[in-house]
Amino acid sequence: MATRTSTQNAMQTRPASLVVERTGPLALVEDAGRFGCRHLGVTQGGALDWISLGWANWLLGNAPDAAGIEIAIGGLALKAEQTIRLAIAGADLGATRDGEPLDANVSFTLEQGQVLAFDQPRAGLRAYLALPGGIDAEPFMGSLSTVAREQLGGLDGRGGMLQVGDRLSAAGHAGEIRDMPSVPPMPRDEVVLALVTGAQIAHFEGASLFAAFNQGWQVDSRADRMGVRLTGPALRCQLGGMISEGIPLGAVQVPPDGQPIILLNDRQTIGGYPRLGALSPIACAQLGQCAPGTTIRLSPVTPHQARTRYLRQLALWR
Amino acid sequence: MSQSLSPRLETVGMDALMVRLFDAIDEAHMPWILAADTALRERLGEAMIDLVPSYTTLLVHYDVSRLSQIEARKLIQDALRGLKPASNQAGREHRIPVWYDDSVGPELSRIAERLGVDTDDVARRHAGRDYCAFALGFAPGYAFMGLVEEALATPRLKTPRQRVPAGSVGIAERQTAIYPMRSPGGWNILGRTAVKLFDRERDEISLFRPGDRVRFEPISREAFIEQGGDTTPLEER
Repeated sequence: MATRTSTQNAMQTRPASLVVERTGPLALVEDAGRFGCRHLGVTQGGALDWISLGWANWLLGNAPDAAGIEIAIGGLALKAEQTIRLAIAGADLGATRDGEPLDANVSFTLEQGQVLAFDQPRAGLRAYLALPGGIDAEPFMGSLSTVAREQLGGLDGRGGMLQVGDRLSAAGHAGEIRDMPSVPPMPRDEVVLALVTGAQIAHFEGASLFAAFNQGWQVDSRADRMGVRLTGPALRCQLGGMISEGIPLGAVQVPPDGQPIILLNDRQTIGGYPRLGALSPIACAQLGQCAPGTTIRLSPVTPHQARTRYLRQLALWR
Repeated sequence: MSQSLSPRLETVGMDALMVRLFDAIDEAHMPWILAADTALRERLGEAMIDLVPSYTTLLVHYDVSRLSQIEARKLIQDALRGLKPASNQAGREHRIPVWYDDSVGPELSRIAERLGVDTDDVARRHAGRDYCAFALGFAPGYAFMGLVEEALATPRLKTPRQRVPAGSVGIAERQTAIYPMRSPGGWNILGRTAVKLFDRERDEISLFRPGDRVRFEPISREAFIEQGGDTTPLEER
């Protein structure tokens, strides 16, 4: 029995699709993340640089948290099965359309048979690709976000990364197409990240606190969607082994070796190391674009300051 | 057990507050944690994004588009005022049949040797008490349960295994857990269950929730197979 809605849909053309021709190191379906299930041990997931995913969506007139593709490092190539409007934002991964260079933050049309290809990072680490209306796939617990470790989300629902031959179908049709306003550049050699200081900071030694906020930290090569290690002076905390407790996004935890680990979207839901605090959501997005070797400076902020900036960012997409 | 609490409320991030109720692990704390869980969910309503209870604390992740941190603090303090512990019967009960065997639980005989008893005795003692699910973490549906009797307490393996099969039942110190899916792991494995802990086809996706009570039940190899259990030995890697 056809409903009025399905009749309307039938009058429009079927949403267009792309096929994966070549994969890179890591390309994942991500949206804003999975919420309301961390008490079951299910982590949040979601785009590391949620601001760039938001801009890619904004360029197509999508909701800012619609699912897109997070392309880390580059390498991915996609062919249009039908002519499709797309948008990219975030890192400059040397994207081309049939070999012709594209801007890093742009909405464009990929004609049927044309290939969108990503090369390697020129600025930042992760580019975000948006499709009209998001990506058509079956959400799990309200989200398409891929968490490989948990075997959840993604096109297959099992946490798989994009594979050659995978088909990405748009969930709808492009809304109002927009141009990109000027946005802050990708982090280069040094970046200042806002840290909401937490109550446990009182248990760190004075000299360690001075070091934490007055010295540069290096992004280590041990960095993934679970967390990013920093190297620098060893931080000392009087709290020993703690009883495991819930971990917020961006938590800056300090294990016994004194080298901080910033816990990101795919982190475990509970853990037992003392924390300096947690990066603001905007700082988490920035960290998602920092290559190993980048120097990080931590800048203490209050929850109020971090919230004001966060709400200002959301307001840009209204 | 004291009949009133003085919860501490700590800033942990832009949109998160830690409710700290206790300083030590104790099964007797769980009725309080469960009561706080219910009260906080009711009071914050739509403004609650995630609530993560664990042993002694509850992490409140709230919606900053609805609440400032000052407002969130007030709501949390309101919710916890005059809190009474949930009944001892709060949390659901589960019986988990386990095939305790060296082929699927290589540390069973090691612990038996250390105690100078046979493996059946270790199984009986592991299955001989109710455990409390203190928290879920590490993986979807993975419950940290306890406490196992002091004599059975065993430190984690020095080198974690690359692959622990789904359903493996392990202990670490005085805690016990079941691996919901194949994953790396460093717990001492005693046996295996055919029960699915995390099943997306089920209404209750995770069998366990914080505060549930769990009892293990030793079963034979035949019963394990009948329940659909996989008898592939746990390969040492």
